[in-house]
Amino acid sequence: MDLAILAALNAERAARRPAILVTAMEGGAQRLVKSGEFAADPLADLLDRQLRSGKSALVETGGASYFLTVQAPHPRIVVTGAVHISQAMAPMARLLDLDLVIIDPRTAFATPERFPDVTLLTEWPDAALAGLGLDGYTALVALTHDPKIDDPGLEAALRSECFYVGALGSRKTHGRRVERLAAAGFDEAAIARIHAPIGLDIGAVSPAEIALSILGEIVATLRGPRRPPA
Amino acid sequence: MISTDTDILSLAEAWTRAGRGVALATVVETWGSAPRPVGSHLVIDGDGNFQGSVSGGCVEGAVVEEAAEVIGDGKARMLEFGVADDAAWKVGLSCGGRIRVYVEKVN
Repeated sequence: MDLAILAALNAERAARRPAILVTAMEGGAQRLVKSGEFAADPLADLLDRQLRSGKSALVETGGASYFLTVQAPHPRIVVTGAVHISQAMAPMARLLDLDLVIIDPRTAFATPERFPDVTLLTEWPDAALAGLGLDGYTALVALTHDPKIDDPGLEAALRSECFYVGALGSRKTHGRRVERLAAAGFDEAAIARIHAPIGLDIGAVSPAEIALSILGEIVATLRGPRRPPA
Repeated sequence: MISTDTDILSLAEAWTRAGRGVALATVVETWGSAPRPVGSHLVIDGDGNFQGSVSGGCVEGAVVEEAAEVIGDGKARMLEFGVADDAAWKVGLSCGGRIRVYVEKVN
């Protein structure tokens, strides 16, 4: 492996950008395919499939075999609201190997007792999100019902490449949210990125069930549609 | 603590920049109950120092030996280990799985 290729792979990882190293098993020729170059690559379909799975793999195509070293940033969920639903979400996210960050400036809600072993940021979303850097491997979930806390998070998410944006609230609540976002300058397509009502429609009632429906929707968005077996 | 496979890639870069001869071993295929998943890395230097794992300890010794050759002649090699290959390799995987490991020089 060329040191320059290895260094570039490491740099992409440090920047939380996806990249795939393609190694031809015959002859050992290598190339690094970076974010934005996947669609134009001769192996585009295979790269897309592996990127979604997040796993390295040996693939065969056109009579040749290639090893794909897949480097996908670790997916994470950023939640505004240290509420009952996010309490239920914390252990579930851990089981799913999804990083979780909870933002809530209300220190009565955001306590280590209520959220053991969770990254808690007791700042306003504007300040907290500036430090986190939302990217294409981040999901933003707004759970407070309070526009003062949720809206700045949603606005930051809509300006970013977040793979998932969801907001809790009834259709009426969301209607008012849409009006506020439109007034803030977001167009229809941008606002349509918000999953609302949030979560898969499984008839969720309890906080844990709502957390499950949200996480189900996030995993479905992350992994993409089911493909028929090859 | 060097633990993840991505840390191993950073280490491979650092060792190479420090002027050490370096080989990178990668699990490219597994069958049965292999101890480490596809994509797992082991980095080896010219003195036989290594970090990471491709099998959880069963075949690292053989990979390190082969890596010395790879560092010496610069040619990548594909190694295969498993219970079915006892004739070809003196070491095997006690778990009954089989793995293929690609070893390449970093330069």
